[in-house]
Amino acid sequence: MIELKDIYKIYLDGDSEIHALDGVSFQVEKGEFVAIVGSSGSGKSTCMNIIGCLDIPTSGSYYLNGTDVSTMNEKQLATIRNRELGFIFQQYNLISKLNVLENVELPLVYRGIRHDKRKEMAMAALERVGLADRHSKFPAQLSGGQQQRVSIARALAGEPPVILADEPTGALDSKTGKEVLEFLKKLNREGTTIVLITHDNSIAAQIKRVVRIQDGKIISDEVKEETYEY
Amino acid sequence: MNIKQAFTLALKSLMGSKMRSFLTMLGIIIGVASVIVLVSIVQGMSDEMVSTFESMGTNLISVSIRGRGGNRTVTADQMQQLVDDNPDVIGAMSPMISVAGVIIKNGDTNLDSTTCTGVNECYKDVKNSNVQAGRFLTYMDVETKQNNCVIGTYLANTLFEGENPLEQTLKINGYSFKVVGVLEEKQNGTEGSSDDTVLIPYTVAQKLARMFMVSSYNFSAASKDTVDQAMDVIDNFLLSVYSSSNAYSVYNQAEALEQVNEMTGMMTMVLVGVAGISLLVGGIGIMNIMLVSVTERTREIGIRKSLGAQPWDIMSQFVVEAITTSAIGGILGILLGIAASYATTFFDLSVLISMTAIFIAFSVSVVIGVTFGYFPAKKASRLNPIEALRYD
Repeated sequence: MIELKDIYKIYLDGDSEIHALDGVSFQVEKGEFVAIVGSSGSGKSTCMNIIGCLDIPTSGSYYLNGTDVSTMNEKQLATIRNRELGFIFQQYNLISKLNVLENVELPLVYRGIRHDKRKEMAMAALERVGLADRHSKFPAQLSGGQQQRVSIARALAGEPPVILADEPTGALDSKTGKEVLEFLKKLNREGTTIVLITHDNSIAAQIKRVVRIQDGKIISDEVKEETYEY
Repeated sequence: MNIKQAFTLALKSLMGSKMRSFLTMLGIIIGVASVIVLVSIVQGMSDEMVSTFESMGTNLISVSIRGRGGNRTVTADQMQQLVDDNPDVIGAMSPMISVAGVIIKNGDTNLDSTTCTGVNECYKDVKNSNVQAGRFLTYMDVETKQNNCVIGTYLANTLFEGENPLEQTLKINGYSFKVVGVLEEKQNGTEGSSDDTVLIPYTVAQKLARMFMVSSYNFSAASKDTVDQAMDVIDNFLLSVYSSSNAYSVYNQAEALEQVNEMTGMMTMVLVGVAGISLLVGGIGIMNIMLVSVTERTREIGIRKSLGAQPWDIMSQFVVEAITTSAIGGILGILLGIAASYATTFFDLSVLISMTAIFIAFSVSVVIGVTFGYFPAKKASRLNPIEALRYD
């Protein structure tokens, strides 16, 4: 499903090179739930940007669903983001002047789906996160946990094979954070591949497979038999 | 994302900050409105001038003589001789003496807008103006310097209020004149039109105007086709007298009309140019606010890009927003322009609202939207999604 092969991402800072990713290789199979864990500056965000097709690697290849996306241009990457990936952000990143339904519809708008079909799909996604009755509310009228569920619905709406969650619980209190994480686990059991980025070990401990990144390199990649609930 | 969605989105965004949107549009509103008002006024003016010229007759040749000192002069009799010698080419001739500063008086009524012109008995043939009542001035009136006059319908209606004006007297600059005829209505019978006129024998007008040399003559060509020939005949004669073409000028209505059209055309260009500058300034205003809007919405752009918006989607969103702003401004400007054009009629200006001007002003405002929206939109579409998402 996701296959990174010897990925380098090098930024130039004046004369010196900064290796944000320094030869990273790993694979994620369909239906897996993977946590990428690292402290800030470890390269996990760069890794996330590359997996999320927001950026392309300096060298190395990245196969998503069998297609090499590491050499794609901006337009092709936009299409991949739209059809293959769903994003969940720490700050929810909902558009404040659009209501809940319109926010969830956005990826479908860019996919060019007709209005009535789009509404149907978006309502189905809101149904899954249990917020169908709030579809005409605006983001500011919802609690943080509800807003994050709306953003999950937005990621789900287009039924992408992979969901990328960047610190999805970072802005939430521990109780709602736990709810959101449980919800992601439920989605995973229903068949969605999920890659979660976090710096929080207590989150990572609840996820079966954990990839640790430090200084742009993978330092461990382990699959636990048991997960712990905190 | 299709155009309809982009348009809905743009409207929503404009409604989101009404005051800002209105102020942004203001430049376009004023620009479009001023184009329409100015063009309407100039068109109205030129229309009035053209109809005045046309009411004077199409075969008309005007001669004005400046002279060049010395004892070279032309008399009315010599001019008449010209008509008699060339009956196939020239139809008729009348001297034209306008008496300046005329005040017409009858009882308590004073009029100062009236034009008073000294003419001869052939004037009716030259100008094609017939009397509707009474008679025109005669050869005898002219030769014996009778204080008789023929008046236009405006005078007939205003001075005599329903009474039969014939055989009544009126005073021109203090001299009494007897009304012998009323002219047919030529324009609309209003003040200042060519119906607000009084004709007197030119020999009398020479006295009134204290001017003994006749410096202006009107000829009519025998027909439309002989206008050029008639002008040649007159020109040759005057050249033989004055031996310089600077001493006189001979022109006909067609030329004068052309001059009027040229002049109003130039005026239109100048005024539209000035209004165009305000449209340009309005466009820059739109660009400015669009740039601010792109910056404010950097994060939104990042979100949209992460969800798979193509650069084209982002670009069209902002261009459509700019077009919507300028088009709504354009429509408001058209409404304001039409209202203001009608308002100017209160100042006794005649206006003619030009559909062309409305169409052009609207198209220009849309083009301004595209032009000045393009740069900010391009900027938005090029934003890096990672940096845009990180923007606060």
